[in-house]
Formats: sequence, structure tokens, C-alpha cells
Amino acid sequence: MNSIKDLTKTNKEKAPKEIIFLCVLYLSISIAIITLMTLIFDILSTGSNRLFSDYEVGLVTKQQINNPQDFLTSLDSRDPLKAGIGPAFVGTLWLMIIVVFTTFPLGTGAAIYLEEFAPKNKLTRFIELNLTNLAGVPSVIYGLMGLAVFVRLAGFGRSVLSGGLTLTLLILPVVIVASREALKAVPDTIRQGALALGATKFQAIFRQVVPSAIPGMVTGMVLGLSRAIGETAPLIFMGALTYVNYYPDSPLSGFTAIPIQVYNWIGYPQAEWKNTSSAGIILLLVMLLTMNSIALIIRNKFEKDW
Amino acid sequence: MNSSKSKFWLTMALIITACGGSDASETTNDTVANESAVVNTTVASETATKSLSGEILIDGSSTVFPITQAVAEEFTILYPEVNISVGVSGTGGGFKKFCPGEIMIADASRAIKDSEAELCKENGVNYLEVQVGIDALSVVVPTSNTWATCLTVDELTLIWTADSSVTNWNQVRDSFPDAALDLYGPGTDSGTFDFFNEEVTGEAGSRSDYTASEDDNVLVNGVSGSEGGLGYFGLAYYEENKDKLNAVQVDAGDGCQSPEAAFEGNYFLARPLFIYIAESAKDLPEVKAFVDFYFEAIDAIVPAVGYVPMLEEQKSESLNAWLEFSK
Repeated sequence: MNSIKDLTKTNKEKAPKEIIFLCVLYLSISIAIITLMTLIFDILSTGSNRLFSDYEVGLVTKQQINNPQDFLTSLDSRDPLKAGIGPAFVGTLWLMIIVVFTTFPLGTGAAIYLEEFAPKNKLTRFIELNLTNLAGVPSVIYGLMGLAVFVRLAGFGRSVLSGGLTLTLLILPVVIVASREALKAVPDTIRQGALALGATKFQAIFRQVVPSAIPGMVTGMVLGLSRAIGETAPLIFMGALTYVNYYPDSPLSGFTAIPIQVYNWIGYPQAEWKNTSSAGIILLLVMLLTMNSIALIIRNKFEKDW
Repeated sequence: MNSSKSKFWLTMALIITACGGSDASETTNDTVANESAVVNTTVASETATKSLSGEILIDGSSTVFPITQAVAEEFTILYPEVNISVGVSGTGGGFKKFCPGEIMIADASRAIKDSEAELCKENGVNYLEVQVGIDALSVVVPTSNTWATCLTVDELTLIWTADSSVTNWNQVRDSFPDAALDLYGPGTDSGTFDFFNEEVTGEAGSRSDYTASEDDNVLVNGVSGSEGGLGYFGLAYYEENKDKLNAVQVDAGDGCQSPEAAFEGNYFLARPLFIYIAESAKDLPEVKAFVDFYFEAIDAIVPAVGYVPMLEEQKSESLNAWLEFSK
């Protein structure tokens, strides 16, 4: 009952300094929120019409466009009113699948090793230091590396597989750090309790510690994934294509992704493209918000209070 | 269009089954297999007369991209089974993939350089260069600028040459008012930059103290928002922003010419746009059909995407070169 909030409540008279400080705090939070709201409002006002209304296009032969399904399932076009995001949407889904299937085992594996098994020596500290540094490397650098390693050396070509693996590398450090935090949050008493009951170290970790940490790990994974699908720079270096008239049907086929498609549309001279790219951004935002909400739900539902 | 849509749902179904795990997959796989059989037969019957398939890989200039993309879009309606991908790596980037044989067609907003031709030769890649259209570089000022209606090439050289000391409009011509000169142009990686400097600043090269952007819409906003602004970029961006910008006429010694004069072949800053076709690809039926279709379509497409169509003799020259090459 004696938290700071309660203490300030009893002391009703505020010093002028206090008021100024509070104003500065309100100002900083409002700048962040106003910026976000302006962005979202701007995108919705320019893009929602393009994304949701039905209309006819064509000077002579009319073509009926029913949005949003036509926007989601059509190929790109030179006409901003006909252009759809289909191949880019499917390309982004492919990327997500590849990223999930590679990042989850690698990220959790590395985290479990570092947190539970690694000896506390110089080598381990060196690895940890590198992980922290890797998390801060600009994404373009990963693109260059992906181009050299996956496209050229491994011979995967400019394919959705190369793109997915590059994004995996990009978010791996973040996922490892988040998974380690989740493992750290499991109290030591759980480990010791399991060991005291005669479990081996392996059993204690994989039957008690890891299951308790899974919600935290999944949350980190989903947040990493939502970062990955918004990335443009590494994919441009990987040679993600600008126009494709087909859907990627194998990990080795060429692809384009939503952020690249939006980037390309916004560069056109005609004003209508602004609406079309906003519609693409709305789709990307919806995907991101959905994933972040999933992360939130998982965290709230499964998080244990020790 | 229908087949592209069914392809979309098919791919989605495949992705979902791939994620779905093993217990549900058996039944879903059956339905997917049935569906795909249906899709395949309908597509086959629709395109029985035009059963081309395969893959066409294209990359290169961002200036030529809108033309090639539009052609590919129309081609897809006729031949939905041909997979076409068009990248935007810039003219130089396109040749870097073209010469090692990674792609079949390169878009280029300038002719191939000797060093690039050398690389093609080393790799044994023979090619054909054909012109597909014309881009008229537009020198633009904001509509509020009432004085600069026509500039000579010498004046442009004076403004843009390396280490130029011109910072005010009254230094360009005595009759011009006292207004700070605010320069905008594309970055050094672009073919537009290369062409402008070849024609205008020559050996000396371009000054570097101007606002550079690869995004032409940034240049449009920059010039239109600045009283003393001056910039250059492709015709398409001027055409779309005529309410904000005026195109400066260019006098190369025989009178002032606006960019529209490029339609008659009289504009100094008009540059040819090319595609390069690899010899190894010309025998592939899908590539041959695509290039044939390219020539059928450019008359309608080139003006529609904001460029200048070739003159009749240029067009027949290009077409004959291609017919000879593809024999």
C-alpha cells in the first residue's frame, strides 16, 4: 500500500518542478501516440477506398473489380486500379513459413544450450557478446551476406528459400535473446525440485524448464517474425523481383514480397498509385497487428506467475 | 485472369496443407489433388491453341521497367502458363546478370558499355540490341518561375558542370531575377544521370552539390516546393505533374524545343530505350513469342506509360533486326 503512486496522492500540493516534469512526460508520450495515429489515419484515408470499394475499370471494355478479394488475388498491373497484390502476398506467406521452420528450432536450440548447458567460460561470453552485437547489425548487411552465401555459394539462386533464410539470420539473434529471457524467468527452484526428485539434468530441462518457457519463446518468435515480414532492404539485395506474373510454387521459385511491391508502387508518377500502395500497407499492417495480438494472447494466457 | 485466381487459391491451399501437420493432410491432399486436376484440364482446354509454357527472366533499367511490365501483363492474358519475372536492378545491374547468362532479356536506358560488352564476350553470350522507345529528359522549374522558359545547352552546362560556381539565377543570364538556384537531380547510379551528363556536362562531369534522389517523386516535390528550383528527370514524371511544374525548353543551337518535340525526333535531351535479347534464348518458343508480342504492343503501350514512341523508320529498323536475329 505504500507504492509511489499512493504516496504522491496523500501529498496533494505539487511542487512547480513536479508539474513541469509531468508535462514533459505527457508531451513525450503524446508525440509518440500522435505520430502513430497520424500515420494510421493517413494510410487508412488514402487506402481504404481502394481496398474495400467495388468499381469498373477500362475505357472500352469494362471490367468489374470486387475488392478486397480482387486486390488480394490479382496480379500486379500497370493500371493502379487493377493492380493486385496476389503474388506478393503469397510470397510473404512463403517467407513466413520458411522463417518459422528454420528460426524456431535454431533459435530455441541455441537459447537452451546457452542458458542451460554452456559452461561459463570465455568462449561462451564471446558467443553472447557476438549475439548482442548481431542483433544491432543493419538489415542491409544481412542482405549482402544472404546474396553471397545463399544465392551464390549455396546455389539457391534468387529464390524464396534464399530470402527466407536471410530473414531467419536477421531475426535469429532477437529470437535467441528473447528465448533466453524466457528460460531465465523460470525459477531455479523448478530445476532443483526436479533434480531432487531424481530426474536427470536432461529430464529436468526438457520436461520442466522448457515447457514452462514455451509461451515466452513463442512470443519472441512471433515478434521476430513480424519484424521479418516488414523488411525490404535485405530482400532488395537478394534480388526479390519487382514484377512476377505467377505464384511461387516451390522454395526455389522467384518471388516478390509485400514491402517490395509497396515500395515499387509508391515510386510511380501517377497519383492513383498512392492509394494502391496504401492498400498494400493496410494489408501489411493487418498482418503485423494480427501477429502481435497473437503474441500478446499467448503471453497473457500461458504466462505462469511463479 | 480466372486461371491466375485459381492458381492463387491453389497455392494458398498448398501452403495451408503444408502447415497443417500430418493428421489432417491425407484428406485435404486428396481434395487438393482433385482440384488441381480440374484446374489443369480447364486451363489446358482454354489454351490448347496457345500452349506455351516456360520461364522468361528479365531484369534491368527502372526506366524501361514500366514498358516491359505492361507488355508482360498483356502477354500473360494470352499465355497464362508462361512465368515472367521482371526485376529492377538498374541498367548496369541488369547487364551484370545478363552477361553471365543469368537472365534472357535485359532492359537498358543506355547502350551497353565496352566493359560490359567485354564481360558478355568472355562468357560467350551473344545478344541483339533493339530500341523499343524514347524517353525525353525534362528540365523542369516550378510553375511560379516565370523567367526560365527556354535555356540553351551552354547555360545548362554552366549550371550543372563540376565545381560550377553558379548559385543564383542572375548568374545564368543577366536578364534573370535575383533568385537562389536550388538544384535537384537523380543520383549517380541512374541511367538518367549518365545520359544527362554525357549530353550536357561532358568530360567535366556533374557538380555534386545538388539534392540527389533515385525517387523521381522526391525530385518533383523538391522542385515544385522551391521558388528557384531546377531539376531534370524522365518525361513521364513531368506529364503527371504539369500542374506543379513547367518544362523548360532546350535550345541546342537550332531554336527552343519542348520535350514534346521528341515525338518528331527534334528534342536534344531525348534518349533511346533498349532491350537486349540473348542469342541462347531466341530459340525458346516462349521468348520468341514474347519479343514478337513486344513489337506488336509497343505502339499502344509506350505512350500509355508516359514515354515517346519511336519514329516509323526506327521501329521498322528494330523489327527487322529482330526478325533477322530470330530466324
